[in-house]
Amino acid sequence: MSKGIIFDVKRFSIHDGPGIRTTFFLKGCPLSCVWCQNPESISEGAQIVFHPSRCIDCGACLEACPGGKLDTTECIRCGACVDVCCTTAREVLGKMLSPGQVMNSILRDRVFFEESGGGVTFSGGEPMKQIDFLKDILHLCKESKIRTAVDTCGYASWESFDKTLENTDLFLYDVKHLDSDIHERFTGVGNKLILENLIKLAESGATIILRIPLVGGFNDNRDFFLRATEFVNELPRYQAVDILACHDFARGKYRMLNRELCCTIPEDGKLEEFKQILSSAGIYGSEEI
Amino acid sequence: MNDRVRILREASLAAVPEISSERAVILTEFYSGIDLENLPIPVQRAMAFKYLMGNRSVYIGTGELIVGEKGPVPKAVPTYPELCCHTLEDLRLLDSREKTPFSVSEEVIEVYRDKIIPFWQGKTMRDFIFDSMEKRWLDAYGAGVFTEFMEQRSPGHTVLDDKIYGNGFMSFISTAETGLAGETDPNKQAELRAMIISMKALIRFAERHAEQAQELSLTETDPDLKNELLQIAEICSRVPRHAPSTFREALQYYWFVHLGVTTELNPWDAFCPGKLDQHLYPFYRREIDSGQLTREEAEELLHCFWIKFNNQPAPPKVGVTAAESSTYTDFAQINLGGVKPDGTDGVNELTYLLLDVIQDMRLLQPSSSVQVSRENPDEYILRAAEIIKTGFGQPSVFNTEMIIKELLRQGKTLADARCGGTSGCVETGAFGKENYCLTGYFNLTKILELTLDNGYDFRTDKQLGPVSGKAEDLETFKGLFEAFREQLEYFTDLKIEGNRRIERLYAEKLPVPFLSVLIDDCIEKGIDYHSGGARYDTSYIQGVGLGTVTDSLSSIKTHVFDKSALSMKELSIILHRNFDNPEDERIRQLFMNRTPAYGNDDDSADSIMVDVFNSFFNAVDGIKNTRGGEYRINMLPTTCHVYFGSVIGATADGRFAGKPLSEGISPVQGRDRKGPTAVLLSAAKMDHSLTGGTLLNQRFTPQILADKSGLKKLVHLIRGYFRLGGHHIQFNVVDSETLREAQKFPENHRDLIVRVAGYSDYFCDLSPDLQEEIISRTAHASML
Repeated sequence: MSKGIIFDVKRFSIHDGPGIRTTFFLKGCPLSCVWCQNPESISEGAQIVFHPSRCIDCGACLEACPGGKLDTTECIRCGACVDVCCTTAREVLGKMLSPGQVMNSILRDRVFFEESGGGVTFSGGEPMKQIDFLKDILHLCKESKIRTAVDTCGYASWESFDKTLENTDLFLYDVKHLDSDIHERFTGVGNKLILENLIKLAESGATIILRIPLVGGFNDNRDFFLRATEFVNELPRYQAVDILACHDFARGKYRMLNRELCCTIPEDGKLEEFKQILSSAGIYGSEEI
Repeated sequence: MNDRVRILREASLAAVPEISSERAVILTEFYSGIDLENLPIPVQRAMAFKYLMGNRSVYIGTGELIVGEKGPVPKAVPTYPELCCHTLEDLRLLDSREKTPFSVSEEVIEVYRDKIIPFWQGKTMRDFIFDSMEKRWLDAYGAGVFTEFMEQRSPGHTVLDDKIYGNGFMSFISTAETGLAGETDPNKQAELRAMIISMKALIRFAERHAEQAQELSLTETDPDLKNELLQIAEICSRVPRHAPSTFREALQYYWFVHLGVTTELNPWDAFCPGKLDQHLYPFYRREIDSGQLTREEAEELLHCFWIKFNNQPAPPKVGVTAAESSTYTDFAQINLGGVKPDGTDGVNELTYLLLDVIQDMRLLQPSSSVQVSRENPDEYILRAAEIIKTGFGQPSVFNTEMIIKELLRQGKTLADARCGGTSGCVETGAFGKENYCLTGYFNLTKILELTLDNGYDFRTDKQLGPVSGKAEDLETFKGLFEAFREQLEYFTDLKIEGNRRIERLYAEKLPVPFLSVLIDDCIEKGIDYHSGGARYDTSYIQGVGLGTVTDSLSSIKTHVFDKSALSMKELSIILHRNFDNPEDERIRQLFMNRTPAYGNDDDSADSIMVDVFNSFFNAVDGIKNTRGGEYRINMLPTTCHVYFGSVIGATADGRFAGKPLSEGISPVQGRDRKGPTAVLLSAAKMDHSLTGGTLLNQRFTPQILADKSGLKKLVHLIRGYFRLGGHHIQFNVVDSETLREAQKFPENHRDLIVRVAGYSDYFCDLSPDLQEEIISRTAHASML
């Protein structure tokens, strides 16, 4: 069976679909959004990261490193430094897990899913990047009657979407911008495939919650939201539209990866203003319906 | 809240707690004034009670609708020298201490010096207890292996059922008189006579209020107030003599009973009306339907009732024990919801009104809890969650189905179990029918320290426990655990042996005929509450430090026995030197970060927790007490995890010497890293039905509960935990910044109330250790 590479698991996740959920973050993403909150998710392979604030300078990692190549470009990612780290200052991001292993972890919170109408969410990265694994794990969830959600950027082949349709109860689908050039400038890819897939998905009868990340200097303007209103109203089917304000909580993560976060937090009041635009056109957020 | 209530509430908040010597003086006068020698002890005690109720001052405050105080004025606290007598040093300490002080006047000091101390010295229950204990008990007690509840306060924790709402005291008196007429056993005759005297004493006490109100009305010029005083006079001449005929009389009746119980002696957790929503509902419904009472009037009466509780700070302790639990809270815990005696949904209109009252009053006392049953609607829990969200730690949340299961396991009938609930912090009992008595905390983590040191306590330099093997000779984890169990059983046996002596002392020297009237079947049996008169009788020992001992054992298993990272001998050296060498920090970090820890739904750690829990259960459960009942376990700490931590050196979970232990059944502070569902799943792996209560604290940041959707998730979390078999959960909804800010500027945060253990307290009144401990509890935020 397929294996997935997963860089994080969050239990009691309460903003990724209805109820109490467990969210699995799958590694690898075709986009490289400048505001990305999970920069560690973009590359596909496992990474070794270092949290300086946790380190007590015991030197065990230096001793353990077989080639003396710690933190250099010649690091072979053997993980020896991680094994000896007493504080978890060194961590491997990205664990290979079989669908069965993931399923065991999901089932632990079943009682809470049942009480709350929650379930499991596959996020990322872009989960469609690991479509074989995704298809298998969704199938196992269905067999165990666990409700499923897939959080996607939409940039994947329709064949991939097609493989998830049967066993996905909810798609959390990002709409970042409607202008393809701007989209490309900020995310690295145009939006044509994304919007085509969205329309096909809606036509297929899937349940979709659209998610608009509100990013300062990118899409925090009335024009975009007015266009988005039209676009949404033309969709054959959707359940709700949530606007998520971009934040800079990920700054530490960027530091950990030796990178700089270039995201602009939207101004105060913008979120409410745009919610208002949507709701006056009869479009509501998932908490409002 | 109307003006009357606002004024009374503010007066209650502003009143300075003070020591009143009135009770001590009257009691001493009684005992030194008459020749009691030929009277049986229960009759002596009843006569003392009668003398107290007949001579103590009567207080009726302006604008009050419910009357009666435990002391001469609000927040004046009586003392109980027959239990334990404050020394002059104690009184000065109470007056001057920074946290939870009690004002002590020079007159009180003088009367203590001249009358109270000379009379009671050497004759208090506390003296009798310590005089009768063996040296090995005293050594273990002194080392902090366990505490002893009964050396400062008397057996209590018990709660009233609905018996007073359908019966006046005249009817109880007539039952007792019928019993007395047919009784030939002189002990039972004495007890029944004592009960009758006590009941008449309370009726007289109420009448004195009626007389005072009448008298005040003569000089009152405001016609409204005059009228109110006349109403009070009328009510106080009717209850408790007769059954209450109105909602208001029912509240006043209970309040007189409450004052009776807490004046007769100083029982733990004061006393409590139990399921107030169900008890008062028939009065409420009838009067609302007939137009006799409006919702606003009912609310006002309940507000006044609430303020009465807040006017009674817990009587302060004496000696070193003051450090172990210092709070103004007296632990009366009003239960709401749950099920009716027939098992159907117990939530009614009054439940919601009472929830409004809890929110509006926002007082330290009384404490409040909601029982949550599968039969109760989500709407009710959601309403409770809205109050929890306001962040003063109330109400706490209990699982009705589990309470019933616990009571049934202990042999209660289904009907009695359904009428049961919780009191104090989290203690389960059959309301109105059980003597359930918490006897002291038990330091589970200290047992592990003693195990590693072969029964020797280096802090007090004494061999306290059996010689169970040196650390370096313990070759397997199984061997270590066996030694731990041997030490555990030795000390639980020692504790219980001491308890039995104390039980007999109370039965012999301090019977409580008044309390006995209120608990079935003391009247029917003619036997005192302290001698086995209650229908059910349970003694509890409360385990403390479950998380710390589990993580420590998990560390030893992982790093000593599984990975051989260090030897037992090395471990012992490192712990004794409190991780003091530079190279020890690496080991400490390993213990903290690379060890399966309880609270993360990790079976390898949780199975150790279950083994510890089961060992404690097996060591205690089912052993007989001297009242015909049995010993059981509870898992709650109040604030004792701080004291117990102070008597233990470094532990293998990475904790430094002297630091607090984990509290209740919560994980070690900050060690739960997989979110609240993982904590709940871990905690539910022990069988809660084997206990009489477990205590789980969770901290949430306010943001997570900001909207309705967040509150619903809280409700689902509670429902989930209870389906898994959890007994209780309580929430602190406050962020760390606020708590840090309050530490720095206490003057700006005097009103900040947080959940401590089974109760809430003013954050600024807590000891610095306890403040730190609460801040270090993991706060669950959420992914955005």
